[in-house]
Amino acid sequence: MAVTEIDSSAETSGTTKAASADNRPRRKTKIFDHVVLWLGVLLMMGPIIVAFTTSTFDHVTIHREGMQFGWGGEFVETYKNVLYQEGGFTGEVTGLLMTQNSLILGLGFAIGKIVVSMLAAYAIVYFRFPLATFSFWVIFTTLLLPLEVRILPSYEVVQQLGMLNTYSGLIIPLIASATGTFFFRQFFKSVPNELMEAARIDGAGPVQFFWDILVPLSKTMMAAIFIIMFVVGWNQYLWPTLMTTEEGYFTLVRGIRNIMQQMIGADIPEYNEALAMAMLAMLPPALVIIIFQRMFIKGLVEQEK
Amino acid sequence: MEKAQFTSPWLPYLLLAPQMIIIAIFFLWPAAEAIRASFFLEDPFFGTATFVGLQNYSDAFAASDYQRTAWFTFVFVVLVSLISLGIGMMLAVSADRVLRGKGSYKTLLMWVYAIAPPVAGLIGVMLFDQHIGPLVEFVAYFGWDLQVGVDYWDTGFAMIVVATWKQVPYCFIFFLSGLQSIPTSVKEASAIDCRSETRRFWTITFPLLAPTTFFLLILNITYAMFETFGMIDQIVKDQPGNSPVTLVYKVFRDGFRGNDIGGSSAQSVILMILVLALTVAQFRLIERRIHYT
Repeated sequence: MAVTEIDSSAETSGTTKAASADNRPRRKTKIFDHVVLWLGVLLMMGPIIVAFTTSTFDHVTIHREGMQFGWGGEFVETYKNVLYQEGGFTGEVTGLLMTQNSLILGLGFAIGKIVVSMLAAYAIVYFRFPLATFSFWVIFTTLLLPLEVRILPSYEVVQQLGMLNTYSGLIIPLIASATGTFFFRQFFKSVPNELMEAARIDGAGPVQFFWDILVPLSKTMMAAIFIIMFVVGWNQYLWPTLMTTEEGYFTLVRGIRNIMQQMIGADIPEYNEALAMAMLAMLPPALVIIIFQRMFIKGLVEQEK
Repeated sequence: MEKAQFTSPWLPYLLLAPQMIIIAIFFLWPAAEAIRASFFLEDPFFGTATFVGLQNYSDAFAASDYQRTAWFTFVFVVLVSLISLGIGMMLAVSADRVLRGKGSYKTLLMWVYAIAPPVAGLIGVMLFDQHIGPLVEFVAYFGWDLQVGVDYWDTGFAMIVVATWKQVPYCFIFFLSGLQSIPTSVKEASAIDCRSETRRFWTITFPLLAPTTFFLLILNITYAMFETFGMIDQIVKDQPGNSPVTLVYKVFRDGFRGNDIGGSSAQSVILMILVLALTVAQFRLIERRIHYT
């Protein structure tokens, strides 16, 4: 910003020949920047746009002529099929049901994580108790092992507990990682100490302090984490793939795997419906990120600190 | 500075209970189980287990399959991390400089972050499809007969492209916020001292972005190793054949498809040690950052 300000001030006051000559490279880089950004947008958006336009054609055309760049006119038909008709093996599961399951997973994961990690972070930051350091380190170790590397034993544990094909089995094991706790711990540490002292002088207990002061203070933080966690939860793939064998519990992202397997066997695969499903699976998290862009970026970047 | 603290004999434990119970059941137990199983040879049919010491580990390292997978994972992780870092930085630098359309560029470039890896994988499979894929047609102009799913490195190439594409927005967001946090005074001073924008970038901006770059590098490595699972699963399509996979995918395949529980667990433990090293690196970096600011 500042750099360009200097340049533009030179432009306005630049009556001398030297100044106008100096502006030429600046203008060139400006055009260069726009070209770079346009190429970037093309790179990022291109695949999505092609996937979307192709999904509006019928599968025979796609099979014969490849992916399409225009408008196919089958939009309503295809998306209605994906939302209402898709049968799976049992004939019970529809796109709508999968969307509902994805929402349950996304919301359950985000809310569960915020509640659990806020309570834990509150205990660690605001209480003096013998096991504080120990608890902190136990929570810390969860950062070391992503679910992917302990997937087999995790599956066995959940199986032994009889939690396969349940929403709680789907959501709770995913909450085990401590990213949220660290996030809130960091935030609570930045809250001025005077607030707590003042609250104590006024006779507020720990519960009241938490509920009346800390929670309202954390609202922005909570919203930022909620957005990120919703997207993370919605996009879960490996865990739902293992955990849910009953189609009634499939999420949209989980359903992608089945669509893929159906495509392998088919003579003329239903490319259009597979792509429509992909569109459906990306739409809600994309909307959330675009609408709450500022908060999303804040939450994401805060992790670095 | 020490925080003023409450004291209560039971309340902190109550607050910690949900987190601790979840960690104990769904984290510590499985992790311990993985480490234990890595020392045993389990018979999937009779449910018996024999203690074999480190044999699962030496078997894993000795297997040519494992070495090949490790090599591919290495190439995959390095390329995905560095290329997405480079593109992300280039876009962020340009987005930071332009005045008009800044917001729109930002939105258009970052929202791809929302796409789940398997969804990206599905779109990738289509784009690289032998019959319908426009990218296959495109490279055919240059005489490249790209055969995803048939040729080992062609498939690997598709995986690298899709994984990089998906990670660019993430790098972009961090670099842009890093650029915007550079103090105006520094930018102004450097603009007065040096007219060349390129030189200014390499001598002033780039070093100031170094902490963000290192941080992103570690996150990118973690992403490429673990979060790409869903994408790889779509491209491989359950037909392992001649397709490259990453180490994480192999843990899953050997454990669930191959029923080699001991071997899969040993591979898990090897990965655990890798993640441990990465996390230590990350935390040392964050500590150093505190000196920085």
